[in-house]
Amino acid sequence: MNAFKKNWIKIGKLSDIPKRGSRCVKNGDLTIALFRSADDKVFALEDKCPHKNGPLSQGIVHDGCVTCPLHNWVISLETGEVQGPDEGSTLSFPIKQDGDDILLGLQTSSDGIK
Amino acid sequence: MTQKLVIIGNGMAPGRMLEHLFEEDATAYDVTIFNAEPRVNYNRLMLSPVLSGEKTYEDIITHDDAWYEANNVTLLKGAKITEIDRNLKTVTSEAGVVASYDKLVIATGSNPFIIPLPGHDLDGVLVYRDLDDVGAMLTAAKSKGRAVVIGGGLLGLEAAAGLKARGMDVTVLHLMPTLMERQLDPAAGYLLEKAIKDKGIEVLTEVNSKEILGKDGRVSGITLDDGTVIDASIVIMAVGIRPSFSLAKDADIDCNRGILVDDKMQTSDPDVYALGECVEHRGDCYGLVAPLYEMAKVLANNLTGGNAEFTGSVTATKLKVTGVDLYSAGDFAEADDREEIVLRDAAQGIYKRLVLKENRIIGAVQYGETTDGPWFFDLLKKGTDISEMRDSLIFGQAYQGGASLDPMQAVAALPDDAEICGCNGICKSVIVTAITDKKLNTLDEVRSHTKASASCGTCTGLVEQLMSVTLGDTYDPSKVAAVCPCTDLGHDDVRRLIQVKSLKSIPAVMQELEWKTSCGCAKCRPALNYYLVSDWPGEYEDDYQSRYINERVHANIQKDGTYSVVPRMWGGMTSSDELRAIADVVDKFDIPAVKVTGGQRIDMLGVKKEDLLGVWSDLGDAGFVSGQAYAKGLRTVKTCVGSDWCRFGTQDSTGFGIRIEKFMWGSWTPAKLKLAVSGCPRNCSEATCKDIGVICVDSGYDIHFAGAAGLDIKGTELLGHASSEDEALEYIVALTQLYREQGHYLERIYKWAKRVGVDEIRSQILDDDIGRKNLYQRFVYSQKFAQHDPWSERVSGKDKHEFNPLAIFGQEAAE
Ligand code: SRM
Ligand SMILES: Cc1cc2nc3c(=O)[nH]c(=O)nc-3n(C[C@H](O)[C@H](O)[C@H](O)COP(=O)(O)OP(=O)(O)OC[C@H]3O[C@@H](n4cnc5c(N)ncnc54)[C@H](O)[C@@H]3O)c2cc1C
Ligand code: SF4
Ligand code: FES
Repeated sequence: MNAFKKNWIKIGKLSDIPKRGSRCVKNGDLTIALFRSADDKVFALEDKCPHKNGPLSQGIVHDGCVTCPLHNWVISLETGEVQGPDEGSTLSFPIKQDGDDILLGLQTSSDGIK
Repeated sequence: MTQKLVIIGNGMAPGRMLEHLFEEDATAYDVTIFNAEPRVNYNRLMLSPVLSGEKTYEDIITHDDAWYEANNVTLLKGAKITEIDRNLKTVTSEAGVVASYDKLVIATGSNPFIIPLPGHDLDGVLVYRDLDDVGAMLTAAKSKGRAVVIGGGLLGLEAAAGLKARGMDVTVLHLMPTLMERQLDPAAGYLLEKAIKDKGIEVLTEVNSKEILGKDGRVSGITLDDGTVIDASIVIMAVGIRPSFSLAKDADIDCNRGILVDDKMQTSDPDVYALGECVEHRGDCYGLVAPLYEMAKVLANNLTGGNAEFTGSVTATKLKVTGVDLYSAGDFAEADDREEIVLRDAAQGIYKRLVLKENRIIGAVQYGETTDGPWFFDLLKKGTDISEMRDSLIFGQAYQGGASLDPMQAVAALPDDAEICGCNGICKSVIVTAITDKKLNTLDEVRSHTKASASCGTCTGLVEQLMSVTLGDTYDPSKVAAVCPCTDLGHDDVRRLIQVKSLKSIPAVMQELEWKTSCGCAKCRPALNYYLVSDWPGEYEDDYQSRYINERVHANIQKDGTYSVVPRMWGGMTSSDELRAIADVVDKFDIPAVKVTGGQRIDMLGVKKEDLLGVWSDLGDAGFVSGQAYAKGLRTVKTCVGSDWCRFGTQDSTGFGIRIEKFMWGSWTPAKLKLAVSGCPRNCSEATCKDIGVICVDSGYDIHFAGAAGLDIKGTELLGHASSEDEALEYIVALTQLYREQGHYLERIYKWAKRVGVDEIRSQILDDDIGRKNLYQRFVYSQKFAQHDPWSERVSGKDKHEFNPLAIFGQEAAE
């Protein structure tokens, strides 16, 4: 049996991400996009639009959402759910903000990070 | 497994069918459509407004590429199916593309009938069915001359009115004694003829054409049975349509006048369905959209396991010719068991006739005043017994129960199930419920949520009255469209208030103009950023987070997340050194594709984001700057070889093009801006379809603007003539600045010119010398802050974070 536990990884500082902007973190083959909202909250989603895999990190951040750069789907930063008439969702990851530090929560099992 | 649904034909009927299908179950089918026309789906009913110039093709698109993409539908454009193989369950296109199906839908519409007169195959003999026909008519209309329209029915009259509006002389030839005899009784036909003649269109009734005359393979005229000869540069045949069923027939599917279908729209083969104008159902073939939309709903339901049935329908007709009000429905032939009620008001040109049988309306014709049309049609369809209101029936609904004549009250008094939009079968309660439940405030919103007035548009007035009744004073029909849902203000108001209130940042605009969201959306932020960049040069600091990705990273994002890089090649000129530098960059960064663009320069495609800085750095060393192929700003200035080399060149078009590009590069504009300079009227750089184009002539420079060659195609308008290069540059720069100051974000020059008026622009640039010089100066000033190569800025460190991951860790890191 694999044992699961949440692992908080420090990935950088709030000031590394532009306000209403985004930066990426690479975890093996998985790219995770970190978004910073206008009120300095940080969110993490897989950098892959549920529509056609557009890189969400390259979109425009507004009101708790990001608009995909390829065909303008709007995705909630909080839940990864697609908003409005379209449907789908993107993986989202928990974030802890400790002062200026940003910690990304990943599940680790005995065979690696999930 | 998902089933494969193949559709042949991409007209109005299958378009509507797919909408219903996806509403019922978006994943039931893997859909492939073959369309003989080389385009997406558009509203065929609206071709006449396109012909007359009241609308553009873009205005009438119903399903754009994004729609097909979003719904995962594969649309093959310009792909005509030539064979159905029912044993293998495949279809094959003209070009040899084969697709297999589990279910097949045939929706091939109908073919215009061509009378096989001698000369029917000459150039310039046209039919009226699709956008290409409109294009052919418009090309012909340019040379003015006379158009002869054979057929005085709905299509013929719409074509005649459109061509007249485009400046042609028009003659309509009609075989029968009165126009539109299938929909109108003789009295109404007579009134219609008078109205058509009042528009300056010649109408000849009871005439039979004998031969179309030609000269050098082109139409030159037409002779009639009685020997009359009429000169003509085009002949339009609009004498009827025939369901297009040969494809089905060749595949041994049962056909008669059309493809035979049952109430579930199934053909003789249970896996093959048909709908639209190509079918025959219970002995009827239809030529109007309302019944086709009903079929669409029934078919979508059956394809998803339901068992709805289509039992046939009665249709009503309206003619879409500006200034002619006409409505007809049902059967109005005279017969012994029928009675009629007629109202005539000669002074006002009003005529109304109801045909009754056993106290029920079976036919209604109205001319000159048609507001009661839908009400009569409603009574007709429901078979309502009218004995009680018989005496006042003809005066319309407003007279029933002694109510006044106010149209608003008439609309308010309509029963909930009264049909408002005939094309789409939308009744009053559906619209009212949508307005209240979904809080709709504009006509566009009501259209997109209910489809009411979205097809032929003649019920727009009724829908607006219904909106007024439902929303009361809060509905203002003249209200302009808001920038986006974050605000109620339109673009003009926002631009004006930014100036008046001296607003110099996005938060300031949102605060002062009471934005409804905390930080805007992907629609308004780029617009506001542009307005501020344009209005406050040197003061406003560009907000990269409010720019689309391409403008933020100065390259074009591709579908796989890589980028393309296009350096400037001034005026399309290059050199061996430049080409060598490009070749080296391609090799060094392993760039997968290199392409010569439509804008006379070179595109390197498939560059990884991390490599962008390296690519730019090397290109910069070789003297290149960004081509801004991504910018809502100055793109390219195309040139031809001009007097330097060409034996016809009148001026140095290449040199002037380069001069313009060097002067204007870096400037931001509401939408992209493309220029061209041609050395003579042969126009090898295609200047007359550009945003701004220059044609060099012996005496100087003709300056053109407001052309389009993308989503729309439109030749330029002449701005004026300049006798020197300096003067020409001043005009071009002043024009650009005027556009920068007035354009709505994403509005190309031709759309701006259409909105504010070509003459108005011409007079501001040509007649107002001081104004023009001021515009020129403002442009020059703003260039001080705009002409910085974004690539070298980035290479030297600005916002470097954009290109590197924040952290990298793999599985090892977590152990
Ligand atoms: C590269 C190029 C095609 C080519 O290989 O030749 C091209 C490529 C694109 N065009 Fe274009 N257009 C290119 C010349 C044109 C031309 C021809 C011309 O410029 O003479 C036109 C018609 C003229 C015009 O501008 O209208 C053209 C009309 C469009 C349109 C329709 C614009 C319109 O308002 O009608 C779009 C869509 C848009 O802008 O919304 C578009 C959009 C695009 C985009 C940006 C689509 C996108 O959003 O990803 C493509 C970017 C590909 C890339 O990454 O490089 N492209 N595009 C051409 C680049 C020219 C250059 O050197 O900068
Ligand atoms: C100018 C004009 C004005 C009109 N005004 C009105 C109006 O005011 N009110 C009204 O109710 N109706 C009006 N109509 C009629 C209405 O447009 C039609 O009833 C309706 O469009 C028919 O829809 P459909 O889907 O059956 O066929 P269509 O819309 O004709 O579509 C058929 C499509 O199938 C394609 N096709 C054909 N064969 C093949 C093949 N072998 N392979 C692939 N593709 C193929 C064709 O290219 C075409 O695009 C008007 C029509 C015209 C032309
Ligand atoms: S390059 Fe232009 S025409 Fe070609 S696919 Fe892209 S947008 Fe369409
Ligand atoms: S890939 Fe994101 S909207 Fe299409």
